[in-house]
Amino acid sequence: MRRPRAPLFLARAVYRQRRLRDAARLLPLVGFFLLMLPLMWSDAAGAGRTAVYVFGVWALLIGLAAYVAPGLAQPEADTPPEDA
Amino acid sequence: MPFNVLVLTCLAYVAFLFLVAFVVERRASRGEMRFLRSPLVYTLSLSIYCTAWTFYGAVGSAARTGLEFLTIYLGPTLVFVGWWWVLRKLVRIGRMQRVTSIADLISSRYGKSNLLGVLVTVIAVVAATPYIALQLQSVTLSFSVFAESTPETWAMPDRDATAIWVAAGLALFTILFGTRNLDAKEQHHGIVMAIAVEAVVKLVALLAVGIFVVWGLGGGPVAMISRIESYTDPNWAMQPGRWGGLIFLSAAAVITLPRMFQVLVVENVEEDHLARASWAFPTYLFLISLFILPIAVIGLERMPAGANPDMMVLTLPLHEGQGGLALLAFLGGFSSATSMVIVETIALATMVSNHILMPAWLWLRPQAAHSGDLRGAILLARRFSIIGVLALGLEYFRLSGGSAALAAIGQIAFAGMAQVLPALLGGIFWRGGTKLGAMLGLSIGFATWGFTLFLPSFGAGAVISADVLQHGLFNLSWLRPQALFGTEGMDPLNHAIFWSLALNIAGYAAGSLISFPDPVERIQGAAFVNAFDDELQAERLGWTHGQAEPEALMNMAQRILGDEAAISFFEAEARAQGKAGFLPDLTPRFLAGLERNLAGSVGAATAHAMISQLFGRATVTVEDLMAVATEAAQIMEYSARLEEQQTELSRTARQLREVNEKLTQLSVQKDAFLSQISHELRTPMTSIRAFSEILAEGDLPSPRVAEYGQIIHAEAKRLTRLLDDLLDLSVLENGAVQLNFQLSHLGQMIDRALAAASQTRPERNFDIQRDYASEEIYLRTDADRLVQVLINLISNARKYCDASAPVLRIAVRQKGGRVVVDFIDNGAGIAKDAQGLIFEKFARLTDDARAGGAGLGLAICREIMANLGGTVSYLPGQRGAAFRVSVPLRMEKSA
Repeated sequence: MRRPRAPLFLARAVYRQRRLRDAARLLPLVGFFLLMLPLMWSDAAGAGRTAVYVFGVWALLIGLAAYVAPGLAQPEADTPPEDA
Repeated sequence: MPFNVLVLTCLAYVAFLFLVAFVVERRASRGEMRFLRSPLVYTLSLSIYCTAWTFYGAVGSAARTGLEFLTIYLGPTLVFVGWWWVLRKLVRIGRMQRVTSIADLISSRYGKSNLLGVLVTVIAVVAATPYIALQLQSVTLSFSVFAESTPETWAMPDRDATAIWVAAGLALFTILFGTRNLDAKEQHHGIVMAIAVEAVVKLVALLAVGIFVVWGLGGGPVAMISRIESYTDPNWAMQPGRWGGLIFLSAAAVITLPRMFQVLVVENVEEDHLARASWAFPTYLFLISLFILPIAVIGLERMPAGANPDMMVLTLPLHEGQGGLALLAFLGGFSSATSMVIVETIALATMVSNHILMPAWLWLRPQAAHSGDLRGAILLARRFSIIGVLALGLEYFRLSGGSAALAAIGQIAFAGMAQVLPALLGGIFWRGGTKLGAMLGLSIGFATWGFTLFLPSFGAGAVISADVLQHGLFNLSWLRPQALFGTEGMDPLNHAIFWSLALNIAGYAAGSLISFPDPVERIQGAAFVNAFDDELQAERLGWTHGQAEPEALMNMAQRILGDEAAISFFEAEARAQGKAGFLPDLTPRFLAGLERNLAGSVGAATAHAMISQLFGRATVTVEDLMAVATEAAQIMEYSARLEEQQTELSRTARQLREVNEKLTQLSVQKDAFLSQISHELRTPMTSIRAFSEILAEGDLPSPRVAEYGQIIHAEAKRLTRLLDDLLDLSVLENGAVQLNFQLSHLGQMIDRALAAASQTRPERNFDIQRDYASEEIYLRTDADRLVQVLINLISNARKYCDASAPVLRIAVRQKGGRVVVDFIDNGAGIAKDAQGLIFEKFARLTDDARAGGAGLGLAICREIMANLGGTVSYLPGQRGAAFRVSVPLRMEKSA
């Protein structure tokens, strides 16, 4: 049985924060996908180019995390959806 | 670069680290922790992820296999940028349950099972020992690099001797700052700050070498990239399996490695620091990895063929004649090795002492739970564990003789600790995970890891014979260590990760699905999974209706937490329940809190066992289980407010009842006193009257007259004393007393009081125990009045202590601007129901009127102390009568 008290629609700020959290959860998957790409490149790409690409992805991930993290630090209702 | 300069620099650096740790500990103990609590320090402390394996091994790995070394830093990056809410949940649980290590977390989640704690501890020790050996090896190798280049100065001591010295130094540091105190939260501020400093040193060192290589030798970044681009090596081709597998492995390791868990969860002071670390820590890893590839490529180009690529960070600057830079690189490597060993050792020692040594000790000596100083035993166990763990690492290093490639050992350790991951994640996200499942998963995974990766790593024929390696266990071809079930095409590391985790997860799931958890397990499971949901649920732990006395619990708590901490905890709990004094009611909430507090020192399983020893079995009522189940959440929400009101009401009722009881007792006492006082007044009066009548009749011999006069005089004096006491009391109560404030020495006041009190029952020979050093305190107070209180307490002890060899212990302590003096004797103490009354006027516990005054002594004491801005109270649970006097250090003349 679900808790009937939880409101069905959320205020705008809370809604944004939830989507921000979704974005954060997706970030590792995006990163993993991008990091797997070089494996499918042709052998012509040497270590130099691959390294530049990997470090670029890395910097992008750090930048996105730095953008997302402050919004998540605030203690909005921290209710993870999982239930036993 | 002369070798002795290197050794001196190294010693100076170590001394500096000691100083940092010492200063921080000092400041933390005085409560000045602002800098220590910054997210920066937290992030820097996380960098013990980068050990000597990173500092030296990454370049070696890059030289051998190209970009693959990056996977070790990409995995943690992925976890931190997006999934730090997993870490945050761990931190929250760690705070709520006072978790001391990853073994403690697992054991606590699955019904406080010590067996699981032991299992995780064993896995951690087995996996970490080679890793510690690796750090020792890298330090000795780096020493020998310098020794080789300068043969003319000091001879390099032999390899083993260096390792022993380094290990001994590390043991000293770890014991000094890791076991200074038994903190309820198990945090080591000095060590955290020291490793933060070391983190900066290793980053700066690696960046300096990298900048020198790129701009000094490589001709700038663009030229450097094309140089790397044109470098060809068949081993540098990316292997998809290993690339993905290693990213996953390092992501798992960053959560489960004991040292990472220690800094991430146990040493965390503020949950929100994780938000900052989510991008700051990946940035640190990014910077560390940035110049690895250039160093490797330039090193391969410039160094003579056959140079050890694992040492290139050091040998390349030396080769180019940059002695200073090489020294900096050496310090960087030294930092990364030492910080890892220190934290890993603390984490492992905590596990070993909490899950193996202490339970074994309590099992061997069950009476120890009731007597003796446990704190000493725990700290001793911890120190022995530290020495044991380091000795294991050292022995491994000496036996293995320093294996060839650094990188392989690190990966093996990662894969070993990753076995904890299913039980850990399952434990915090799935309420269905059970003890049996965790046990099965962990042991199967551990065994598979040992069989497929750890044991073969010693080489064919060392532990696993070449025959088994070739044809499988018992000649069964599907049991070949590196091709289980016929999976031949896989890389050995990937193969081991795949099979160990697959079987681990299967065992965990199967075991959990078929078994039924016991009540404690279910409650813990709910508390862990719903850590963010409702912290109230965690409070519901099944201690109900026990037979233990609060005094016995306090006694035990004192021996684990220390006198002061235990007394303040009990006092705070009692106040929260609306009771005065030191002994709270044994509500489930209080017991759960106490257990968690103890768990911070000895681990969840031991704390649980100790309380159940005093308390009987943990019983869980149907209501408790109902409250934990999610189905009941709705009802709970509805009844929460009612419950709140009810507790409020019952608290008020309890207060009222207490006051009422006190009033009734007081009125009874007052009546008793009136008859008492008239009796007291009449006895001397009667004799005065009788003797004065005789005297008035005259014609008595003069010696008789003198004798009768004496009697009349003595009785009159007794009357005066009684009236003086009454007068004194009323003056004090009205606050009209004149106080004479001056600086006085506490020790001298106690001397005075002892001298004066020795006239009470002078025939009794008291053994007075004092600590003169602690009495060296100057108080600004009214010395005469304070001495009056002290005299009273000491004479009371002399009068009432019924021990055959009476001992009076006087303990002095300073506590936040107040001085606390405890008077503890070894008599029978005061019965519980009388403790609330002794400070009331006219109270006298025995009917023995000969004992002295009219029962005004302690009442006067209380009034004096109130006038001096202090308190005097009875301290229960000290196995004897104990009184605590607390005065402000500096009494201001305001009132």
